[in-house]
Amino acid sequence: MKKIYARPKGLYRNINGYCPGCLHSAAGKIIMSVLEEMDLLDRTAMVDGVGCCANNDNYMDLDAIGTPHGRACATASAIKRCSPETIVITYQGDGDLASIGLAETMLAANRGDNITVFFINNANYGMTGGQMAPTTLLDMKTTTTPFGRNPKEHGYPMDMCKILSALRGPSYIARVTCIDVPNVRKARQAVKDALQHQVDGKGFSMVEFVSNCPTNWGLTPLESLRFAKERMLAEYPLGVYRNL
Amino acid sequence: MPKIEIEPEFCKGCMYCAETCPKKVIGTTSAVNSKGYQYAVPLHPENCIGCTLCAVICPDAAIEVYKEE
Ligand SMILES: Cc1ncc(C[n+]2csc(CCOP(=O)(O)OP(=O)(O)O)c2C)c(N)n1
Ligand code: SF4
Ligand code: SF4
Repeated sequence: MKKIYARPKGLYRNINGYCPGCLHSAAGKIIMSVLEEMDLLDRTAMVDGVGCCANNDNYMDLDAIGTPHGRACATASAIKRCSPETIVITYQGDGDLASIGLAETMLAANRGDNITVFFINNANYGMTGGQMAPTTLLDMKTTTTPFGRNPKEHGYPMDMCKILSALRGPSYIARVTCIDVPNVRKARQAVKDALQHQVDGKGFSMVEFVSNCPTNWGLTPLESLRFAKERMLAEYPLGVYRNL
Repeated sequence: MPKIEIEPEFCKGCMYCAETCPKKVIGTTSAVNSKGYQYAVPLHPENCIGCTLCAVICPDAAIEVYKEE
């Protein structure tokens, strides 16, 4: 018998700490499978944000560094400038990338630093119990918006792909999701394209994963996929926003 | 005949695979893994066509697929 689908080699052979059905796992799996295919596993350094992504420590077998909350893009830019041969990726949640680390994200993108950012948008602060994030949908209930997000009080959902596409620095920006098989395949291609931009020295690349958080959304895994499809994708359209 | 293997210790019972499989090969039993998750099992392996869709959708990379050469 020939193995026609294998677990990526770079994943540790144990269960990771993400909740059941959490698409953080799917993003990590795709990233590791693409790094394996591009033969980059040995020269990649990952900068983890703060949040549920701390689970990557017992999931993805890469050289990795944890940063203070939000500072991943600044750390990644520094590593890349000191060690240009290293493939440098960040892995960040929406609270990390779009709220507390907004300045670092914008400035690294504006400088066109040659790093690849993986941005997991689950519309809340997952790890700390589901508080509102900049990406929380209008009317969505979170622990800090118990009556739903009201734009007058809490502002509007932030579309980071569009915001960063307004800068001249980024060379590749795409938004994907892993809620079904065709989209997993597209997500894989986007991860590959983003990393190829870094290999080619083109500058800042980012892939946003429209994700889920069954635990804090209060939904079963399968219900959370339906919510992501119906509500998240309406606010966050998939596609390639920049490809220079 | 194609075959899937689901590693019980990687599975968290999200059932994305069962929902995705066009041949309804996958389900659960009363068995749980060491973390207490009711893991997925190929209940009807004889129906597997080796399409790999369950493995592609599994977020936790618990499924591997084999086919005759
Ligand atoms: C400076 C600082 N402020 C607050 C925290 C607490 N904190 C830890 S994780 C987290 C939320 C992370 O949310 P997000 O980036 O959306 O990632 P997720 O957990 O949803 O994947 C917060 C606020 C911290 N660790 N450091
Ligand atoms: S809290 Fe939410 S984002 Fe964090 S691992 Fe669980 S489901 Fe995923
Ligand atoms: S998709 Fe993976 S983790 Fe989810 S039930 Fe199936 S084998 Fe288990």
